[in-house]
Amino acid sequence: MIWMWMDTWIVLVGITCAIACALPGCFLVLRKMSMMGDAISHAVLPGLALAFMITGSRASLPMFIGAAIVGLLTAVFTQWVSQFGNVDRGAAMGIVFTILFALGLILIVKSAEKVDLDASCVLLGNIEWTPQDLVNVGPLELPRALVVLFIVMILNLGLILLFFKEFRISAFDPELATTSGFNAGLMHYLLMMMVAVTTVASFEAVGSIIVIAMLVVPPCCAWMLTDRLGVMLFLSAVFGALSAALGHLAAIVVPPWFGFHESASTSGMMATVAGVLFIFVWVFEPRRGLIRQWLPRKKIHSPDES
Amino acid sequence: MMLGFMWSDLWEVLLLQKYNTRLVVVCTILLGISAGLAGSFLLLRKRSLMSDTLSHACLPGIGLMFIMVTLAGGNGKSLSLLLLGATITGLLGVIMVTAIRNTSRIKDDAAMGIVLSVFFGLGIVMLSLAQTMGGAAAGLESFIYGKTASMVSQDLHYLLWITGATLILCIALQKEFSLICFDENFARSLAWPVHFLDMVMMGLVVAVTVVGLQAVGLILIIAFMIIPAASARFWTEKYRYMWMLAGMIGGVSGWFGASVSALLPRMPAGAVIVLVSGVAFLFSMFFGTARGVLKIKSRQSRMRKKIGRQHLLRAVYEVLEREENGTNSPIALDLLTNKRSWSPKEFTKLVSQAKREDHLEPVSGNRLQLSESGFAEAARYTRNHRLWELYLIRFADVATRHVDRDADHVEHVLGPELVRQLEIELDQTAHGIDLPDSPHASIGEYSI
Repeated sequence: MIWMWMDTWIVLVGITCAIACALPGCFLVLRKMSMMGDAISHAVLPGLALAFMITGSRASLPMFIGAAIVGLLTAVFTQWVSQFGNVDRGAAMGIVFTILFALGLILIVKSAEKVDLDASCVLLGNIEWTPQDLVNVGPLELPRALVVLFIVMILNLGLILLFFKEFRISAFDPELATTSGFNAGLMHYLLMMMVAVTTVASFEAVGSIIVIAMLVVPPCCAWMLTDRLGVMLFLSAVFGALSAALGHLAAIVVPPWFGFHESASTSGMMATVAGVLFIFVWVFEPRRGLIRQWLPRKKIHSPDES
Repeated sequence: MMLGFMWSDLWEVLLLQKYNTRLVVVCTILLGISAGLAGSFLLLRKRSLMSDTLSHACLPGIGLMFIMVTLAGGNGKSLSLLLLGATITGLLGVIMVTAIRNTSRIKDDAAMGIVLSVFFGLGIVMLSLAQTMGGAAAGLESFIYGKTASMVSQDLHYLLWITGATLILCIALQKEFSLICFDENFARSLAWPVHFLDMVMMGLVVAVTVVGLQAVGLILIIAFMIIPAASARFWTEKYRYMWMLAGMIGGVSGWFGASVSALLPRMPAGAVIVLVSGVAFLFSMFFGTARGVLKIKSRQSRMRKKIGRQHLLRAVYEVLEREENGTNSPIALDLLTNKRSWSPKEFTKLVSQAKREDHLEPVSGNRLQLSESGFAEAARYTRNHRLWELYLIRFADVATRHVDRDADHVEHVLGPELVRQLEIELDQTAHGIDLPDSPHASIGEYSI
C-alpha cells in the first residue's frame, strides 16, 4: 500500500464532512427525525435540475442555492402533509421526498437532451476526485471541497454554540421551549436549514452516502456513551472523524484481502466503518451494551445484610 | 389533428393493444397493486419509512451475490440469484432495526437511519468492487435507479406470483392483519401468534420491494409502497376497504403512468407513475370522504357552530333565571358578555348566527330576546348541562367548584339516549322544561 499526498487530502475532506454532518445530526437523532437527512439528500434533485436548466451550466452556486431551497421545502412540505392531512410523520416524509425525487428524475432526463447531467453523478458524488479540483486560498492550494466543507463545518459549529441553550431545550422539550419565550418552530427550521445546506454542500463534493451515514451513525454512537449534550456533540465529531479516516484506509487495505487489485469506493467504506464502530459501541458499551445485558446482574444487597 | 393522433395512441396503450408496451404496462399494474397492498400494513403500523431502509438494505445482497457467483464461475447477472441475495440482506436489515431498537436506547427512526446508511454504504462498496470484475457488472446500477422500460418476461412471472400471494394472504388473513394493525396488544392477549403474523406481513413487504427494485429503482419503490396506502386512508376508516383501495390506486397509477411514459419521449416510467400517484394523493388529501381535509374542516366548523350556539343560549337562559325568574324577556347585552370570555367579535358572530337560526328575536339596541323555539332550546341545553353536572358530582366525585368546566367538555355531545339514562339515574323526569337547580353558584357570583 502506498500512501500519497492525495490520500491525505481525501481523508481531510472526509473528516471535515463527517464533523460538519455529525454536529447537526445529534439534534436530528434527539428529535427523532434521523431519516430527514436521507429524505433531504434525495429530495434536492429537482432543485439541482432546475438550477441547471435555468443557468445551463453546472456552476456550483446556483445549484447550491436551488438545492438548499428545495431541501428546506422538503421539511416544510413534510410538516404540512403530516399536520394538515393528519398523516403519520414517517409516511409524510416518504411521500414528499419520493415525489420530489421523481420530479427531479424527469427534469434531469428532459434536460439531458441539452447537456450531460446524470442522476448518479449528482447523487453519488466522488470523494476520490476531490484532490484534482484545487483552489488558491492565500498562499495555499487546497481542494475546493475541503474549503467549502470547512466553511460549512465552522458555520454549523458557530450556530450550535450560539444557540446552544435554545437548541438543547427544543431538542428535549419543545413545549418548554415555546413557553420560555422563544419559538421552537423557528429552531426546527433553523436546524432543517443547517441540515439542508450541509447535505447539499457535502454531496456536491463527496456524495450523498457519506452525508446520510454521518448525520445518523456517529451521533447514535455518541448518545449510547453519554447523557450530556455537550459531550455527545464532541464524541459524535470524534466518531465521525474516525469513521472517515479509517474508512479511507479500509477502502485501500481491505479489498486485497479478498483478492481484488483495486481499492473500493471510499465513501461507501466510510459509511461501512461508521457501522462497524456503531456495532462495537453497541456490544461493548459498559453500562447498557449487549455484553453488559447478557452478563448476570450484580445482586443488590440490602444495607442491613452487609 | 396532432392531438387526436395522440389520444388514439394513448387509448391503444391503455387497452394493451400495443405489443411493445404491453409487458411494461402489465408489470407496473401488478407492481402497483402488490405494493399498494403491502404498503397498507406499513402505513397502519407506522412503519412507512421501513420500506426506505429495506430497499437500501437490498443493495449489498445484490453486489455480494454478483461477486460470489462470478467468482464461482457462474452467471452473476442471473436475476433469481440476485433477488435471492437482495432478499437475504433485506431481511437482515429489518432484523437489525428490530434488534437495535430492542436492545439499546436508540429509537426506531435512528435505528432505521443507521441500517439504511450502513447497508447502502456496504452496497456501494460491493458495487465498486463488482465494477472491477469487468463489463458484466454494468447493469447492476439499474437496481439503484430502475429500468422500467427494459422489463422482461421473467419480471412478469415474479410479479404475477407476488401479486397473487399478496392478494390471497390479504383475503385469508384479513381479520388477523387488521387486529394486529390496530390493537397489537389485544391480539397478543388473545394468544395469537403476533410475531409470526408480523413476520408474514414484513415478508410480503420484503418480497414486493425486492421484485420491484429492478423495475423502478430503490427510491421510487418507496413511493409505490407509501403513497397509495396513504391516499386510501383518506377515503375510509375500514381496514378491508383500505387495502383494496390502496391496491386499486397503486394499480391505476401504474397503468396510467406507464402508458403516458410510453407515449411521450424521454419520460422515465417509474418517475411518471410516482407523479401520477402523487396527484392521486393530493386529490385524496383534500377530497377524501373519511379523513380528507375538507371533510374534517367542515366537521370541525359544524361542531364549533354547535358549541357556540349552545354556549350562547345557555348563557342567556342562566341570566334569565337569575334576573327574570326564568321567564322569557329581553335582557341587556353586557349581562351576557360577562358570562364567558367572549371577544366582542366572537360575540357578534354568535348573535348573528343565532338570529339566522331563529333562536333570537330581532330586538334593537343593546338588548336581545330569545324566540319561542330559542327559549325551548336554551332550556334544553341548560337542562343537559345541569344533569351532567349532577351526575359528575354524585357518581364521579368531582368537586362542585370544578364541575361547571368539566361538564362543559361533554355536554355538547350528549345524545338524547344518554340524557334519558341520566334522567333515570338521577330521578329527574322530563316534564316539559323541568330544570334541576344549578348545583353551584353561577359564574360571576363567586367571590374571588
